Amino acid sequence: MDCYTANWNPLGESAFYRKYELYSMDWDLKEELRDYLVAAAPYGGPIALLRNPWQKEKAASIRPVLEIYSASGMPLASLLWKSGPVVSLGWSAEEELLCVQEDGVVLVYGLHGDFRRHFSMGNEVLQNRVLDARIFHTEFGSGVAILTGAHRFTLSANVGDLKLRRMPEVPGLQSAPSCWTILCQDRVAQILLAVGPDLYLLDHAACSAVTPPGLAPGVSSFLQMAVSFTYRHLALFTDTGCIWMGTASLKEKLCEFNCNIRAPPKQMVWCSRPRSKERAVVVAWERRLMVVGDAPESIQFVLDEDSYLVPELDGVRIFSRSTHEFLHEVPVASEEIFKIASMAPGALLLEAQKEYEKESQKADEYLREIQELGQLTQAVQQCIEAAGHEHRPDMQKSLLRAASFGKCFLDRFPPDSFVRMCQDLRVLNAIRDYHIGIPLTYSQYKQLTIQVLLDRLVLRRLYPLAIQICEYLRLPEVQGVSRILAHWACYKVQQKDVSDEDVARAINQKLGDTPGVSYSDIAARAYGCGRTELAIKLLEYEPRSGEQVPLLLKMKRSKLALSKAIESGDTDLVFTVLLHLKNELNRGDFFMTLRNQPMALSLYRQRIEGRVAALQTAADAFYKAKNEFAAKATEDQMRLLRLQRRLEEELGRQFLDLSLHDTVTTLILDGHNKRAEQLARDFRIPDKRLWWLKLTALADLEDWEELEKFSKSKKSPIGYLPFVEICMKQHNKYEAKKYASRVGPEQKVKALLLVGDVAQAADVAIERRNEAELSLVLSHCTGATDGATADKIQRARAQAQKK
Amino acid sequence: MAAHLSYGRVNLNVLREAVRRELREFLDKCAGSKAIVWDEYLTGPFGLIAQYSLLKEHEVEKMFTLKGSRLPAADVKNIIFFVRPRLELMDIIAENVLSEDRRGPARDFHILFVPRRSLLCEQRLKDLGVLGSFIHREEYGLDLIPFDGDLLSMESEGAFRECYLESDQTSLYHAAKGLMTLQALYGTIPQIFGKGECARQVANMMIRMKREFTGSQNAIFPVFDNLLLLDRNVDLLTPLATQLTYEGLIDEIYGIQNSYVKLPPEKFAPKKQGDGGKDLPTEAKKLQLNSAEELYAEIRDKNFNAVGSVLSKKAKVISAAFEERHHAKTVGEIKQFVSQLPHMQAARGSLANHTSIAELIKDVTTSEDFFDKLTVEQEFMSGIDTDKVNSYIEDCIAQKHPLIKVLRLICLQSVCNSGLKQKVLDHYKREVLQTYGYEHLLTLHSLEKAGLLKPQAGGRNSYPTIRKTLRLWMDDVNEQSPTDISYVYSGYAPLSVRLAQLLSRPGWRSIEEVLRILPGPHFEERQPLPTGLQKKRQPGENRVTLVFFLGGVTFAEIAALRFLSQLEDGGTEYVIATTKLVNGATWIESLMERPL
Repeated sequence: MDCYTANWNPLGESAFYRKYELYSMDWDLKEELRDYLVAAAPYGGPIALLRNPWQKEKAASIRPVLEIYSASGMPLASLLWKSGPVVSLGWSAEEELLCVQEDGVVLVYGLHGDFRRHFSMGNEVLQNRVLDARIFHTEFGSGVAILTGAHRFTLSANVGDLKLRRMPEVPGLQSAPSCWTILCQDRVAQILLAVGPDLYLLDHAACSAVTPPGLAPGVSSFLQMAVSFTYRHLALFTDTGCIWMGTASLKEKLCEFNCNIRAPPKQMVWCSRPRSKERAVVVAWERRLMVVGDAPESIQFVLDEDSYLVPELDGVRIFSRSTHEFLHEVPVASEEIFKIASMAPGALLLEAQKEYEKESQKADEYLREIQELGQLTQAVQQCIEAAGHEHRPDMQKSLLRAASFGKCFLDRFPPDSFVRMCQDLRVLNAIRDYHIGIPLTYSQYKQLTIQVLLDRLVLRRLYPLAIQICEYLRLPEVQGVSRILAHWACYKVQQKDVSDEDVARAINQKLGDTPGVSYSDIAARAYGCGRTELAIKLLEYEPRSGEQVPLLLKMKRSKLALSKAIESGDTDLVFTVLLHLKNELNRGDFFMTLRNQPMALSLYRQRIEGRVAALQTAADAFYKAKNEFAAKATEDQMRLLRLQRRLEEELGRQFLDLSLHDTVTTLILDGHNKRAEQLARDFRIPDKRLWWLKLTALADLEDWEELEKFSKSKKSPIGYLPFVEICMKQHNKYEAKKYASRVGPEQKVKALLLVGDVAQAADVAIERRNEAELSLVLSHCTGATDGATADKIQRARAQAQKK
Repeated sequence: MAAHLSYGRVNLNVLREAVRRELREFLDKCAGSKAIVWDEYLTGPFGLIAQYSLLKEHEVEKMFTLKGSRLPAADVKNIIFFVRPRLELMDIIAENVLSEDRRGPARDFHILFVPRRSLLCEQRLKDLGVLGSFIHREEYGLDLIPFDGDLLSMESEGAFRECYLESDQTSLYHAAKGLMTLQALYGTIPQIFGKGECARQVANMMIRMKREFTGSQNAIFPVFDNLLLLDRNVDLLTPLATQLTYEGLIDEIYGIQNSYVKLPPEKFAPKKQGDGGKDLPTEAKKLQLNSAEELYAEIRDKNFNAVGSVLSKKAKVISAAFEERHHAKTVGEIKQFVSQLPHMQAARGSLANHTSIAELIKDVTTSEDFFDKLTVEQEFMSGIDTDKVNSYIEDCIAQKHPLIKVLRLICLQSVCNSGLKQKVLDHYKREVLQTYGYEHLLTLHSLEKAGLLKPQAGGRNSYPTIRKTLRLWMDDVNEQSPTDISYVYSGYAPLSVRLAQLLSRPGWRSIEEVLRILPGPHFEERQPLPTGLQKKRQPGENRVTLVFFLGGVTFAEIAALRFLSQLEDGGTEYVIATTKLVNGATWIESLMERPL
């Protein structure tokens, strides 16, 4: 442990910087790094190398090779460069390689050297050539900025959604700027460029001159400039050997350092960590590396080989032909624990745990010391945090062991931070393995999120590892395993040498019914590769018809789509297919298809054709010749219509749209009794209803004479109670009484009560010895007048009970 | 606002809150002031989930009803159409939008489809050249609307007609979607039972959708133990009979719409002295009916004959409570009395309302015609003279009683006789056509297609077997303190509810034979649960069964299920869901041919 801080270098009073090796590079480069165009993606991403024959102005007869390696130098791809001269390489946030050619065309390659697409940075570039280009990352994605031979800048802030912005001209710019960079402020990308002693800021509207505050005088040219990872800070290297550091807004100066070297540095990048107060810049020359911050001294390293700096969120990666190193500010937690003679709680806890392992009683002393200060919780937290920042698994383990030891003496320490750190470290160690070669630090990993990390593993076709991680972290299947399996399947369908059957079988075997796998996405990919049959096979496995059907339509399998849509029960989906079919097929074929799908047919008739359902029903009735009743009824209806028309002509009164019943009623009301009877006979209106009809009509007319005559015409088929009722309805008690006497015995009581003859009703009820009728009469007995009747009933009841 | 929804065994307020959240999210998408243009049919159901105040909080300043030509002027930034996905409505919207462009400041248009976005409608908007005018086109999955603590309805009026007459499964699809939403909120329902063709289809769709959603569902402890899907056409009889519960009668006589009823105002006139009834209110009295009202919750499901005694008891209790004030001596006592006043006054108001309603109903139920009709119904249901032409029905036709009443009786007879003899059927049909007009041939055809009216097949009447096995007719009914569900129809026990009852105990195996007679398949499906979510039932803990009536349910059936829930040794509590709350009249009406 004594040597643990051996690689710590102090900068100023409060900060230490350390550099440690990530990998010894696996690659076998034939030439020095300086002979290549180099691009390394942040977040431990891949490295692209392109031998740059154009720079040396050799004849372009030799075709250069584009090589892609992992961060540990494992070869990922290698291809012969067949296109034009390349000015600059860069990686997008999705880990796609952007190659900016001299003619302004940008070629996009995948991680495995597969060509994806290309786009142009504008026509203007064709004549003027691209002098220089930068690929940069903002929160909106990855952007490209180019400097043309006419000294104009063109910029696109997001290559995913290409919108070219030609920046305004810089007045009086005759030669290329000595250095330039992209700033990103208030979500707008700007360009900062240096021409001689002047600095200009270009945004899409204007060009303005700016001066960094507090810059030492005597500067005649800026040799390098660097923006921090988060676009918050800016560093400038002047020809006086001075490094100015300040905010990117150029409003505030942080510090200035004179390194007394006037040679232009090869690279200059920021090296700071999020939430740290320390700011430092790493400057690299051919054989020298310098860390400069707000301190009178700087840290110096000697470079044995050509090296390349890659700025990261919390440090700088430095790789050369043989090694790959990481340089960063030592995090606070680590510093507290490991600083020589530190008395921080974490340091004591680590010590205590070591003594405990040695079975020494000193463990107890240390522990007491922490507990007396009441800092045990803090100690555990410190150890956990420090473990995250360690690269070596043995150090991680001893810190975690200390944390776990300290945890035992705490009552209520929530375990999740410890558990989560263990899990995270396990994942990090797995991906840092040189076979995988993604040297993420803990902070980078948290910034990147597990989802993006999984995407990157998938991009590298490391499906098994990705699935293991998902299972280990118990991610929900939809976000985790299923998604990865789907990606695997998409990759699988692109293997053209395998037969459709084998691919489909292999995919289904592996995916089975894994929830959340979108078979339609896979099928779409297969269709995209021209494997329609495979796509259809895969679609069979898709449970979501909403996804299945549109793709089937796209593949022109309309009939299959129709049956799938019907199966799903989603009528809207059925309509969609129907509309599609209707446009696609001729009318005959269309109906032939529908004939086998009764549900679709009825839906089609109902909504799309817009035919009224009623007509359909009527037509159905007609077609069904067997439905005699309907046919007969329709005939009757026509007969009635003809009759009504004749009546209208003869009687000059409206009859159309009246029902038969109403027609007859109207005739009676108008006094055309003969015609009414004729009509009733013609249509065979049943006697009972005819009586009701006449009764109602005559009562409405208040033609009591006719009513009486009618009542005596023959024996009423509906009895005489209705006569009583209807008279009472017209308030004609006198007439009502006439009929009451003729009502049959069953209903006599009711009739008598209706006309108000309670006494007689009582007599009849008593005579009939009907209990229900007796109570009915009783309920009508009101007031003194009916008192006697009520008594009479009570007596009759008592008598009946005696028996 | 909707506390009564959370009183039941299953807290349906969770569902209400979920749909409210969704509505708020949509409204917030359209920034700035808004006017809503309503498909009028939707206003009722929406009133149950979001009052105007909620809309107002989200900058809704104006509301219009959707109609042709121009929109009324309104100084708002957004115009939002809330519509069902119907083609004819799309035409109106297009008209609105096209006449809009030519005047005034530009406004943003949005469209919210309830409950489902439809490609067909969007195609129509596209054909009319206005699709591009809409910034947001979204759907609002308002399938099941919470009506009460144990009641959900889709309020889709055409469901029965669409399923049985037009072979259009849209409403079944929505029902399945609604059930999926329910399961997302209340956990997977482990067991599904069903009877009927539509039930089978809904279950199939659910299983299918479950496959579609796998992996994304939340692990929620299941609240429902069982789901029972019932086709309305398994039990065509029940809705035809006149409901005799308090709530059922209110619905039969005045019609309850989205839990509101409109009543004749005379009985509700404020009784003030010296007023002399000068200005009687002319506008109908509108009352909301749900279990938030304590008194209503108590009497709604009682047989109407038992309501009177409860009301008079309540009246005594309340007046006794008001008398208390004379005994209040100390300041503390008076304070306590005063603190109870609002509650007591509310109770008194509620009592007054229901006494008035009961009087209104009583006027109807004591009428002779009501009695005669009920007698005929009960004769049919108990199997008396179902195979002959009924003279009461003939008289009704002859006197031109409302067609729906007549059809309801004929259908009832047909159902109680497993179809009518051809001669009888033709006679009825001829009578109806001659009296009410030949155009009703189509209605009769629809009724036949739905199975409500049919010739007896093979001359066999299977209804008596069903009636006896399922004990559908009970002669000894206790209307005051019932012991069996048959109290809701004063003798007839609703078949659908009997099926639910027998399912929970002793199980359907005991009635296999009858189930085979009833139309459609019966089935059982299990939805496997992850081991962690399997329920260990406490002894004495009741199961919760969700009964979904596909094609409509009546208040009497709901009352019967509530009665079963309350039985001490019942072992099952019921939550009821349906495509629509119906009664015989609205149900038959939905099957009638609409005038062209």
